[in-house]
Amino acid sequence: MRAPDDTPQTRAGEVLLSVEDVSLAFGGVKAINGVSFDIRKGEIRAIIGPNGAGKTSMLNVINGFYQPQQGRIHFKGKTRSKMRPHDAADGGIARTFQNVALFRGMSALDNIMAGRTLKMKVNFFWQLLRYGPAMREEIEHRRVVEEIIDFLKIQEIRRTPVGRLPYGLQKRVELGRALAMEPELLLLDEPMAGMNLEEKEDMSRFILDVNDHFGTTIALIEHDMGVVMDLSDRVVVLDHGIKIADGTPDEVKRNPAVIDAYFGVAH
Amino acid sequence: MASHAAARGDTFPKLLVRNARDFAARPAMRHKDLGIWQSWTWAETLDIVRAYAMGLSRLGLKRGETIAIVGANRPKLYWSILAAQTLGAIPVPVYADAVADEIAYVLKHADARFAAVEDQEQIDKIQSVQDRLPHLEWMFYDEPRGLRDYDHTRLRAMDDLIADGRQAFLDDARLGAWLDSEIAATQGSDPSIILYTSGTTGTSKGVVLSGERSIAAATDTVGFDHLNEFDVALAYLPLAWVGDHYLNFAQGMVAGFCMACPENADTAMADLREIGPSFYFAPPRTLEALLTRVMIRMEDASAIKRKLFHYFIGVARRYGERILNGESVPLKGRVLYWIGNLLVYGPLKNVLGFTRVRTAYTAGEAIGPDLFAFYRSIGLNLKQLYGQTEAFLYVTCQPDGAIYSDTVGPAAPHVDIRIDDNGEVLFKSPGMFTGYFKDEAKTAEALTPDGYVKTGDAGYFDDKTGQLKIIDRAKDVGKLTNGTLFAPKYIENKLKFFPNIREAVAYGDGRGFVTVMLNIDLTAVGSWAERNNVSYASYQELAGHPLVYDMLEKNVAEVNKALAADKMMAGAQVRRFLILHKELDADDGEVTRTQKVRRGFVAERYAPLITALYDGSHEADISTEVTFEDGRKGVLSARVKIRGVKTEPVPATMGKAA
Repeated sequence: MRAPDDTPQTRAGEVLLSVEDVSLAFGGVKAINGVSFDIRKGEIRAIIGPNGAGKTSMLNVINGFYQPQQGRIHFKGKTRSKMRPHDAADGGIARTFQNVALFRGMSALDNIMAGRTLKMKVNFFWQLLRYGPAMREEIEHRRVVEEIIDFLKIQEIRRTPVGRLPYGLQKRVELGRALAMEPELLLLDEPMAGMNLEEKEDMSRFILDVNDHFGTTIALIEHDMGVVMDLSDRVVVLDHGIKIADGTPDEVKRNPAVIDAYFGVAH
Repeated sequence: MASHAAARGDTFPKLLVRNARDFAARPAMRHKDLGIWQSWTWAETLDIVRAYAMGLSRLGLKRGETIAIVGANRPKLYWSILAAQTLGAIPVPVYADAVADEIAYVLKHADARFAAVEDQEQIDKIQSVQDRLPHLEWMFYDEPRGLRDYDHTRLRAMDDLIADGRQAFLDDARLGAWLDSEIAATQGSDPSIILYTSGTTGTSKGVVLSGERSIAAATDTVGFDHLNEFDVALAYLPLAWVGDHYLNFAQGMVAGFCMACPENADTAMADLREIGPSFYFAPPRTLEALLTRVMIRMEDASAIKRKLFHYFIGVARRYGERILNGESVPLKGRVLYWIGNLLVYGPLKNVLGFTRVRTAYTAGEAIGPDLFAFYRSIGLNLKQLYGQTEAFLYVTCQPDGAIYSDTVGPAAPHVDIRIDDNGEVLFKSPGMFTGYFKDEAKTAEALTPDGYVKTGDAGYFDDKTGQLKIIDRAKDVGKLTNGTLFAPKYIENKLKFFPNIREAVAYGDGRGFVTVMLNIDLTAVGSWAERNNVSYASYQELAGHPLVYDMLEKNVAEVNKALAADKMMAGAQVRRFLILHKELDADDGEVTRTQKVRRGFVAERYAPLITALYDGSHEADISTEVTFEDGRKGVLSARVKIRGVKTEPVPATMGKAA
């Protein structure tokens, strides 16, 4: 898919987001414990680890859904002790969820249109009238949404309520909604969970295309090792809330701590 | 006729010039893009095609060379065909879903130096076999997505080529006149297109069609069905198939009507409804799938709606066809039908996209009498035709008012039909091919000494209607060991008329009795399973379910009853059957791209099952290699059960007759 000389070093741009010494606890349970890593512009960054390693918590910290007790988050030149959801969204961070979170009664088109909410500038009353500037704006948003529909090849389900769609397609609609925000950083929480081989291949292709076509930086959590190793430029490995490895897929694969965490050794 | 064709233009580029003059502002092409129907008029089409041809010429495409066209129905691919023809080059369409090997065969056999392809998927396929295609120099693509990082030394976007051509016209004013002279120089007798047959029998052959013959044939049928520039057709069938090239492209060029391209293959149904075509073609299996879907959705409708639907479909069954044929119908029938049209048939046709259809055809396979009658009874003017690539489609077609489900009509205008001594249908037609590409031996084989084309189909003219009746491929008609006539397709078709049975393959030639292998229809049987609390996890599991076997056994027994009533076929009843564990698939070579079963290949592939069908065992193991869509291979194994079926007694006198 990529030319061989296209190594992470040449691809990676400046640091887009970094977390520094972040810790998050729920009562006595330490979900994340002093983790630091960065995400560079234009890369596909994977976060992996066994169950309960703190991967989803980490994503939730990044987009401001959880607020860490300790640590700093640098994003677009600003340093914060915690992200707030609207800061994240305004700053261009979009995400999909481990369990699909769509408006089930709404069509695929309307769901993706919902992703444009932040970009709607015309005030509510004009929108009620659906006339003049509101109409012009809606047409512009619809064009963007249609481009996403074309991109994800879901034209045939444009008008179908998402509740009636098979799981793989719902995941694709959810990705569409995240893309509708025209994000700079896209967080994908297990984009391939519960998919069959063909759906996984399709989804991998879409993730690569998003990265390639829109230049979107992507951070993803995934369990399928084959997918992670093929897709990502760099991988960070968490185990019990602690970072145990960070590097290219090859480096991570050879790291003894990672092998221990995944296969278990007698201690 | 020749002079008539010349007056209208004897090549497609000349017709395009005429259409741009006579129908300048009428739409020639529509395509749904980003959710909106885009249109191009005939004048715009000519403008684009000229620029495109100029771009191709600057890359070196010359008169008489071939250019492959690979992809789905998209305007730019149709324009590629026209642009190539403008330069006197010969377009060679290839099926979009062909696997890399098939594409390699056609491109190599046709010596294609250029290929106009739809998207990245097709380019990947061609590049994977590039070492076998030393002739191939340039590829042009329509859809740039995913291709940015590809090596562009032998790759261009069609848009670039068109822009290139436009720029050339601006830079040098004489080029416009030069291109006009190129169009004028196209010869009606030169090859206009090469259509590769789908290859029911072995590798595919390139059928060469000339411009003047193509246009002569299309002119005849456009007159026959009164088509004009106000008609609309949806081009949703494979671009490389003769049906699409004839019915939509050639007829559209001759009559000047608009061809609409669907958004993609999966949206065709919704697009059909939005476009509301006035001329429509669908193979029987598409019509069947549509009806199955309607029936399944009716099962879920409220009780009142269901009652209403079934009552008025009953009314339609009694009076509908007679009203369509213009026969006399009692006043009560007319009134009821009128109400039914208001409440049921009208809305139903609207949902299916048939509201504006004036003429609809079906062909390719035998159509079930019930299925045929259903569509006609709700007021769709559905007719049958019989044709093949070598004829540039039409051999026979049914005129309005003389429609039967088991015949295919009298000879089409200017077509001459003869039945050979062995029952094979022979014809001479205005559109008939000039030969197979680079294969004179096969061409000679396909023709009789006096110039008739052998269809390879066995048939006869029905005494009652005077229309042609096709029973099977001539070479497939065989005999059982007791001498009874065995026409496998005749039996298979009777089986396939049951909604539960998607595909059937019959064996019996040179054997003691007839056996069949069946494929269930997942939609119909799946819906039945849901209603009857039969749980299953896969196609394989459902196909092997004992209750499914029971149900299909009844279907087979009914077919035996029908066969027993036919004195020619009474001895060829089905004694044993099995349900295959997988669907017959074109990727595995079991059916052709047009979904025709390759009986011999299937027999070889499932040899252990055939042995078991005849040696009396009750189950057999089978493992077969399967090809996934991306070309990887895997192995599928299963234990398949075999069942016996009740047969009807054969009257003793019939033994003698056979």
